[in-house]
Amino acid sequence: MAAAEFLLELRCEEIPARMQAKASEDLARLFTERLADAGLTPDRITSYVTPRRLALIAHGLPLQTEAVSEEFKGPRTSAPDQALDGFLRKTGLTKDQLQDRDGVWFAVVERPGRATADVLAEAVPAVIRAFPWPKSMRWGDASTSTESLRWVRPLQGIVAIFGDDLVPCSVDGVESGFATLGHRFHHLGVITIGNAHDYAEKLRACHVIVDAQERAQIIEERAKALAAAAGLSLIEDAGLVAENAGLTEWPVPLLGWFDPAFLDVPPEVIQLTLRTNQKYFVLRDAAGKLAPAFICTANIEAKDGGAAIVAGNGKVLAARLSDARFFWEQDKKTPLAVHAEKLGRITFHEKLGTVADKVERVAKLARWLASPDSETGKAVVPGCDPDLAEQAARLCKADLVTEMVGEFPELQGLMGGYYARAEGLPDAVADAIRDHYKPVGQGDDVPTAPVTVAVSLADKLDSFHEFFGSDMQPTGSKDPFALRRTGLGIIALMTVNGVRYPVGDAHGQWDFIVDRLKVQQREAGVRHDVIDAVVSLGGENLIVRLLARVHALQSFIATEDGANLLAGYKRAANILKKEERDPTITPAAPSEPAEAALASALESAEPRADAAIAAEDFEGAMAALATLRAPIDGFFETVTVNAPEQEKRSARLALLERVRVAVHKVADFSKIEG
Amino acid sequence: MAETVGILSFQDLILTLHDYWSKQGCVILQPYDMEVGAGTFHPATTLRSLGPQPWNAAYVQPSRRPTDGRYGENPNRLQHYYQYQVIMKPSPPDLQELYLGSLAAIGIDPLVHDIRFVEDDWESPTLGAWGLGWEVWCDGMEVTQFTYFQQMGGFDCKPVAGELTYGLERLAMYIQGVDSVYDLAFNTPVNGKPAVTYGDVFLANEQQMSKWNFEVADTEKLFRWFRDAEAECQASIAAGVPLAAYDQAIKASHVFNLLQARGVISVQERASYIGRVRDLAKGSCEAWIAHNKAGWEAQFPGWSI
Repeated sequence: MAAAEFLLELRCEEIPARMQAKASEDLARLFTERLADAGLTPDRITSYVTPRRLALIAHGLPLQTEAVSEEFKGPRTSAPDQALDGFLRKTGLTKDQLQDRDGVWFAVVERPGRATADVLAEAVPAVIRAFPWPKSMRWGDASTSTESLRWVRPLQGIVAIFGDDLVPCSVDGVESGFATLGHRFHHLGVITIGNAHDYAEKLRACHVIVDAQERAQIIEERAKALAAAAGLSLIEDAGLVAENAGLTEWPVPLLGWFDPAFLDVPPEVIQLTLRTNQKYFVLRDAAGKLAPAFICTANIEAKDGGAAIVAGNGKVLAARLSDARFFWEQDKKTPLAVHAEKLGRITFHEKLGTVADKVERVAKLARWLASPDSETGKAVVPGCDPDLAEQAARLCKADLVTEMVGEFPELQGLMGGYYARAEGLPDAVADAIRDHYKPVGQGDDVPTAPVTVAVSLADKLDSFHEFFGSDMQPTGSKDPFALRRTGLGIIALMTVNGVRYPVGDAHGQWDFIVDRLKVQQREAGVRHDVIDAVVSLGGENLIVRLLARVHALQSFIATEDGANLLAGYKRAANILKKEERDPTITPAAPSEPAEAALASALESAEPRADAAIAAEDFEGAMAALATLRAPIDGFFETVTVNAPEQEKRSARLALLERVRVAVHKVADFSKIEG
Repeated sequence: MAETVGILSFQDLILTLHDYWSKQGCVILQPYDMEVGAGTFHPATTLRSLGPQPWNAAYVQPSRRPTDGRYGENPNRLQHYYQYQVIMKPSPPDLQELYLGSLAAIGIDPLVHDIRFVEDDWESPTLGAWGLGWEVWCDGMEVTQFTYFQQMGGFDCKPVAGELTYGLERLAMYIQGVDSVYDLAFNTPVNGKPAVTYGDVFLANEQQMSKWNFEVADTEKLFRWFRDAEAECQASIAAGVPLAAYDQAIKASHVFNLLQARGVISVQERASYIGRVRDLAKGSCEAWIAHNKAGWEAQFPGWSI
């Protein structure tokens, strides 16, 4: 069948870089859906996006849609007239056009093929009107009505060409045509596009590279080459490459230098200034240190080779870096302890007081976590100096009131660490201040330095206890205080460092932590039903002990002994569910050898399991239970529980109860699936 | 810089922009005679962006940001500076081209300098206003805020106005190639007399006003002024004089900024003060609309709020 290419270009004022990739996908998706509704499927779609245009080419579209014959089953011919009338309305046919097939009306609706050009002329406005921009706006004369077309920024032109022919359409006064614009500064007149085949090349000739991938590649390759030529290496940053590709139609990376004196400022600050504020690439020297250089990406092939652009960008950067250096030097003039005094001005939460109040609580908790218990002589966080823990906790939020963190909030913690070191505080304190927000998410480093662990844990436990205590726990999808993440952080700190901190069950805190544990452990391959089997025993408040038991249990049920014991347990539990033991009947002494064997196995296994559990040797406890497996199997093979003699039956049921109780010392096996 | 225009002094920059925008059909207004934080607060922007009547205006607006004061010691930060403001309603289809024409007029060649439109949406919590647009970069420096107003005072803009706000000192520093705002040539040397610098004109002002803003201003009085302006605004709304009410809203907004500079508004109170200023601004806009609605509807059939 004859086929042709369709070219669509929607040109508008600059589209935000961050929205371009999604918009390009949305255009292809919406357009394909519209075509599919008309029975059209292109061979493939090519998508292009620049700051000023969204474009696509649909390859291999047939010139006509296929004729379709649709068949609808209607009411019985004997049905009342109302039913028939409804059917006629629905199909748009008259009664004499219907077919009577064995007493049932059938309608056959013929839809002739349509010219694809007509389908396209309808699809373009429909796609434009339905476009899901994350934020859109009105503009110009039409905006006198709030019903006017919305687009991400003013829509200025539509190119719609099928084969070599214009697809005439218009949306809110913007009419389709052959004309588009090239680069904003390099090409001033209009460009006439002939068809899909010459689109990309005609625009390239007018300084527009329509393919975002190609622009990204140019930026990356030239930036690397510039770095290499200067004896430096580029710190790779795919996000920044994409962002610059979204800010340019003709990307030209340029390398410039800044005053090396600025390198006194912490490298993270310089990187943030370059990257976030200016969208510059950051470079390293041969020794791996931050180099006093930057690469910016211009959108023009400048007449002077870029000298003015590099000079201008260098000047802007110098102003920004001197601000940063000013903050750095200004902040260092005041000890963190003095900065911390200002925390009383910052509200932590209206019901929970100021950040100063929080710091006070965290300091006490950190000291307590690090202090030896008066009975056991052991601290919750072992090997931690309580004085250092308290000192670090008192200073950990002080950088929130510094100029630098005011400017770059994402540097919280990190700057505090730098300032602490600069004023000569112990490394353990500086490290704890720097890292106390960690771990921030799954996969983030979990602190292990004792002082850091104490402060980080105290900070998170405080938030956790305080918000739960004030009934502000997460509900459904709402978690405004990020307590789920806090919970995961607490679990990670406890498990990695073996911290034995009892989590109380007030306000559902224990259940919440266990839920988080299931989420966290799922990734590590731990079954949630195995966690349930341990949790449902109750009485646990230590995450590390809970997890040790869970791990031992999961390993055990994977062994042959474990699997068979589980099967035996379930059989016993089923019998006990059905059969009731009359407590007034005195059980008989064991009459069968298997009965006696099981009783004696229990006799020896029970104290062993108890002792192992008391010593938190859960493998040992499992091993003790494993000794029951053979006697249980033997019991079920040779002994009839429902013996006619009530005394024997009672004795055997009691024995099974004892099995269940013994197994429950380790876990509630009934919760284990399979 | 393009050789044709030479390097502009600060005042010639303003005169060039006046000349340019005058030719685009803008009325050239004088600054509003009240303390405001930005050119947007001028009633020629705030109130005129409401309603269906076409409106094109350009003006310089001194802008006061008490917390940005640095006692004249920072080369880039001022508690008093100038914005050049252009407002065009409805936004013309070629507003970007008109804007780029203004850059050419002040000597910025877009084939030497890298001009970019970088996403930056605008929102003013105290005016109950928002719009979409960009910050315009020239060689990595933000020189203009470019916004299509969508709402003002909580009302939809029908039609939408385009707003351009140039940071004049920044632009002039760039054009003149100086590192400190105080070194800017305010005028062009005439008859061998040296140019007056920005510092000659404003350094003492920055030093003294920073001290007043941060240290001297009597906070008791500021609180009272805020309450007075608030009451006067409400009374003016009730009396059907929205323009007078809006003046009082502007006053309350500036006094609030002063209170912030004095550090006497806690974080908790801050949100509540912003809400009070917004209520005044919104109330004034609402009263302005109520005052003009009948006329607008008569003049523009089919138009509605």
